[in-house]
Amino acid sequence: MIHIEEQTYEIIDKSQLIEKVTQKKKDGCRLVQISCTPLENNLEITYTFDKDYKCSHLRLSILQEDACLPSISGVYLAAFAYENELHDLFGIKVTDLAIDFKGNFYKLSVKAPFSPKTQNKVEQ
Amino acid sequence: MAKRTVVPFGPQHPVLPEPIHLDLVLEDERVVEVIPSIGFIHRGLEKLCEIREYPEMVYIAERICGICSFIHGQTYCQAVEGVMKIDVPERALFLRTIWAEMSRIHSHLLWLGLFADGFGFESLFMHSWRVREKLLDIVEETTGGRVIFGTAKVGGVRKDIDNLTLNRIKGELKNIEKQCRELTSVFEKDDSVKRRTKGVGILKKEDAVALGAVGPTLRASDVEWDARKLGYAAYSKVDWQIVVEKDGDCYSRCIVRCKELYQSFNIIYQCIEKIPDGPIDVKVTGSPNGEYFARTEQPRGEVIHYVKANGTKNLARFRVRTPTFANIAPLVKMLEGCELADVPVIVLSIDPCISCTER
Amino acid sequence: MSIMKITKVVLRSVLSRPATRLYPFVKRPFFKNTRGHISIDIEKCIFCGICQKKCPSDAILVTKASKEWQIDRLKCISCSACVEACPKKCLSMENEYSSAVIKKDDVDKFKQKEKPTEEINQQ
Repeated sequence: MIHIEEQTYEIIDKSQLIEKVTQKKKDGCRLVQISCTPLENNLEITYTFDKDYKCSHLRLSILQEDACLPSISGVYLAAFAYENELHDLFGIKVTDLAIDFKGNFYKLSVKAPFSPKTQNKVEQ
Repeated sequence: MAKRTVVPFGPQHPVLPEPIHLDLVLEDERVVEVIPSIGFIHRGLEKLCEIREYPEMVYIAERICGICSFIHGQTYCQAVEGVMKIDVPERALFLRTIWAEMSRIHSHLLWLGLFADGFGFESLFMHSWRVREKLLDIVEETTGGRVIFGTAKVGGVRKDIDNLTLNRIKGELKNIEKQCRELTSVFEKDDSVKRRTKGVGILKKEDAVALGAVGPTLRASDVEWDARKLGYAAYSKVDWQIVVEKDGDCYSRCIVRCKELYQSFNIIYQCIEKIPDGPIDVKVTGSPNGEYFARTEQPRGEVIHYVKANGTKNLARFRVRTPTFANIAPLVKMLEGCELADVPVIVLSIDPCISCTER
Repeated sequence: MSIMKITKVVLRSVLSRPATRLYPFVKRPFFKNTRGHISIDIEKCIFCGICQKKCPSDAILVTKASKEWQIDRLKCISCSACVEACPKKCLSMENEYSSAVIKKDDVDKFKQKEKPTEEINQQ
């Protein structure tokens, strides 16, 4: 018996982000997580929301050279932890953060280790 | 205006099981502001998916954390099985449920001991861990390891428990449950425990939902939400209720975990009665292609494993969002306005598992 | 006002025998299933190298030319992936933990014995 959750993905643009997130807050969803996947030419950011055990995702794509995002911590304060992590691990600039650690949330020796720009391949 | 001092709490502190750093801004003895900082044990485990193939990533997923190790492995397997649409046999689902609930009991007993140590009740700490040793003996007998179970596999489980052993384990678990009842009655009724924990670190219902709290921290603030109700593994086939408390302080979080202990024992007994016969795994060949978010309930809350595959044996992205990461924002809110001596009790009451948080 | 709720548990543990063992005089018996350390029956090994490929921490090294099989005990995580993968079933998981070592680069080497030349001539 396969148990697979039904999850909806919605692809949006960077300019629609705050409007869509405010709509989710009005519907009563809670923020679950924000994650980033580095693909070959761009970075794919996924925002996950949950209401009544149903998961829905908002997905947007940004270029590696122009990596900056508006913050949603004005709507969901809990997002500050995820957005600081995006900045520390991937080098994405997030503007208007409610609590901004300026790169000191994670104590790392290499700046932005997960970003494809740093030549940081894992060695065998 | 009162004078403000900044006191650093952690990363090394006698009460903390794992390193987290908090800068506490104090006015006389009250905490006014908290600035958290993590990253002391960041190992970059997610980046290892570039060289390790997807069946081998189970070993890495299990070793993210020592206390919640089996459920990490199980969630990773569920994520890959969701991408590849694999049909796991029924017996494997029931076995996974039994081991996951044993993992939950051992984690809650460990936490009860640490919590008692946090406000100085050392003998209760020792007794909780003595009862936990008996449970770890059962785990070692069935899986081979005390801390890292090593039985989760993509497509099923690696070891079987035969029905004779299951019945014997049921008798041993009933014995352990009796000893747990003596311990939890101390946590619920003893006056010294109540004085340190009642009314301390209150998290209201609206704050808990708005700040994204998960797990017992959320359920102690009167919100009924448990990821096990999604019905994965064998949870849709056994009868159980969500444990909820109303007050939102440290005492409520302690009571929620005590009651979840008995709920876990109950789930294991039901699984032992209902487990069907059959194979324990299916052969998995080929490479995954696609993406999936798998959600399960760890002892500390809801954990999410995100897997993105592109048709090769190595995954493109493996991301873990652990419950303690989601509980950092409510922690900052809870600590505002409390006294300096209450800080260790509040930090321990969210059950911080920092090695999970930083992977 | 209820204090001393823990009296019953404390009295029982005072009056009964201790919960700890007097190690090293009393050793703990291991269970049958405990994952301790890997051992090999070197005479059955065909040096195919599958165990080296499956090992997640690269602890095994197989050299077919000199018929040697070696394992680095400190890298081995006792996951028994090699035991399940071996086609000749010559690897097994013993239930005692491997003992402590004093140097970090010690490996355990096993070498297959040379077959006597008269046997090969007769075949």
